This record gives sequence, structure tokens and C-alpha cells, in this order.
Amino acid sequence: MTAALALLLAFQLAGEALRVALHLPVPGPVIGMALLLVYLILRPEGPSTELRNTAGGLLQNLSLLFVPAGTGVMLHVGRLADEAWPIAIALVASTVLGLIAAGLTLHWLAHRPQGGRQ
Amino acid sequence: MSTGSMTEIWVYLSAQPLVWLTLTLAAYLLAITLHRKAGGHPAANPVLISVAILVALLLATDTPYQRYFDGAQFVHFLLGPATVALAVPLHGQLKRLVAMGGPIVVALVVGSLVAGVSAYTIGALLGASAPTLASLAPKSVTTPIAMGIAERLGGLASLTAVFVILTGIFGAIFADGLLRRLGVKDEASIGFALGLASHGIGTARAFQLSEQTGAFAALAMGLNGLLTALTLPWLLPLLAPLIKP
Repeated sequence: MTAALALLLAFQLAGEALRVALHLPVPGPVIGMALLLVYLILRPEGPSTELRNTAGGLLQNLSLLFVPAGTGVMLHVGRLADEAWPIAIALVASTVLGLIAAGLTLHWLAHRPQGGRQ
Repeated sequence: MSTGSMTEIWVYLSAQPLVWLTLTLAAYLLAITLHRKAGGHPAANPVLISVAILVALLLATDTPYQRYFDGAQFVHFLLGPATVALAVPLHGQLKRLVAMGGPIVVALVVGSLVAGVSAYTIGALLGASAPTLASLAPKSVTTPIAMGIAERLGGLASLTAVFVILTGIFGAIFADGLLRRLGVKDEASIGFALGLASHGIGTARAFQLSEQTGAFAALAMGLNGLLTALTLPWLLPLLAPLIKP
């Protein structure tokens, strides 16, 4: 587990370094994810069992990791009250529209019957 | 034990990082137990339940958020390595991802534009202020990217973080039910929509459904973060005339 955690942290660090060096608009961990993916593709045997287990353990509890930031919602309750309705409607409607647009587009394009292009 | 010494112990402990770290884990364990008891129903969202418990505790004990975060930051820190770890399920689904490359790119562009532009347009038509709109537009992407975009557009980073979290929880609760009702039942499309519209919290929900759903969510989260960071800064000025004076 230690070696796998060290590997994840090393890739995060590399992502962070790359972000600062190249002024990339994407956070370090997301760049680290892309770098680790490239590394896994280049490695003929793919991820080690250890890395698979450590990654699985972290991702099974991914919800937990959002709790500290989520609790920060309490700081902004007052600020939200002024424009509560425009915010609530815009947030709910645009999330629904985004979900439908992405889900339906991929579903239609990827599951089009063979030769069914009209 | 007298109430006086109980208070003393609490005053000491509540100033230590340990107590809030422990309570974060305890709230989460309770939340996932409830989630399981509810048969995995999406409305019993573990993030939502944990946050509700902790906010109630902090308000009841008059604890400032900063003191809470001093303890909870150890959990928060793991978000970084967990994001990197998303590469492992992505690698596992690589063949399918590559085979669906074309449809994925189109769905990415369509979904990303619809999510960002509709948030801004609907908010503007309903009379929201310019800083609120700039904070609202990037709400579908992962927190650090969204905060960076909002700041560049004249929004408030901390307000954006709140919108991002609320969007994530909302999407995680409603996405799969909504899409199934529309006839979208394949894991790839549901996962992709979850990650695109509801970033990491949607991705966490996707992993509850299956590893494949999670892999597509992780991919969509990463790609939409990148695309939104590149497109929103020049797209929003075009929509600015919609803002009511």
C-alpha cells in the first residue's frame, strides 16, 4: 500500500509541477491522472495488484473526501439568500440540461443501429 | 462527572484537530449505513447526509468552519491522490473508451456547452447579478478548475465552491433516475453524464453503480474540466448582454 500511495503522490506532484511550469488551466491532480494513465498504458503488465487495491480503496470512499469541502456550504447560506430563486432555478435547470445533453448524445451516437444513418 | 468538567473537556478537545477528524469519519460511516439501509437509493446521498450532520454539529457547538477544517483537512488532502487514482479504472476501460472516441468527443462538447451556457443564460434571464453568474457558469466542473475560471471572469471563488458542491449533490441524486426515464440505460452514457455535469461527487455516485460507470464518469470529469477552462472565458462575454441592468 505504501509504494502505491507513494506512486499516486509522485504523479500528483509531477502534475502540480507541470501545471506551474506550463501555466496550465487544469489542476495538478487532474494532470497527474492523465500522466498516470499514460504510464499505465506504456507499462505492458498494466497496474500492479497493489496499485489496483489502493486505488480501489480510495475510490470506494470518494464520497467521504468531499465532506470537508461540502461542510463549507455553511459559510455562504446568508449570501445565497439574496438571489436564492435565480440561483436555485439556474443551478437545477442547467444541471438537468447538461445531464440530458451529455447522456442522450453519447447514448444516441454510441448505440446507433448499424447503418442506421438514414 | 459534573457538567463543569464535561464542558472543560469539550473546550479542550474541540480545539484539537482530532475531534473534528473523528467526527467527519463518524458522520460518513453513519451516512453510508443509512445509504445502505435505504437500499442504495440516490436520495440517501452520503455526501449530503454527512454534510447535514456536520453542519448541525458545528452550529450546535458554535464551532467556526475554520476550526473544523483544521481537523478535516487530512481527509480533504486525500482528494488529490484519489483524483490521480482515477487513472486505474480509466486504464481498465481503455478499450471501450478508445472504441467510443468519436461519440465521446461530440457528447463532451455538447454537454459542456449546454451545462455552462444554460446556467449563465437562465440565471441572467431571472435577474441574477454579474458576479453570481460568473460564479455559477463553471459549476459543473471540479472545484479547483471552477474556482480558477470564476475568478478570471469576475466571480467569487468561495461562492463557486458552494455551487459546485450543490450541483454535484443534485446531479448525484437525480442523474440515473432521470436518464433511465429518457431511455438512457447503458452504463457508459450514465457515467459520462454524471462526470460531465456533476464532477467528482457525480463520479463518486457513478462508482456506487459500477466500476465501468465510474470510469466513464472520471473521463468526463477530466475532459469537461479541461474544455470548460478553455472555452468559458471567451464564451461568457458573448452572453453578457443578457444580464439585466
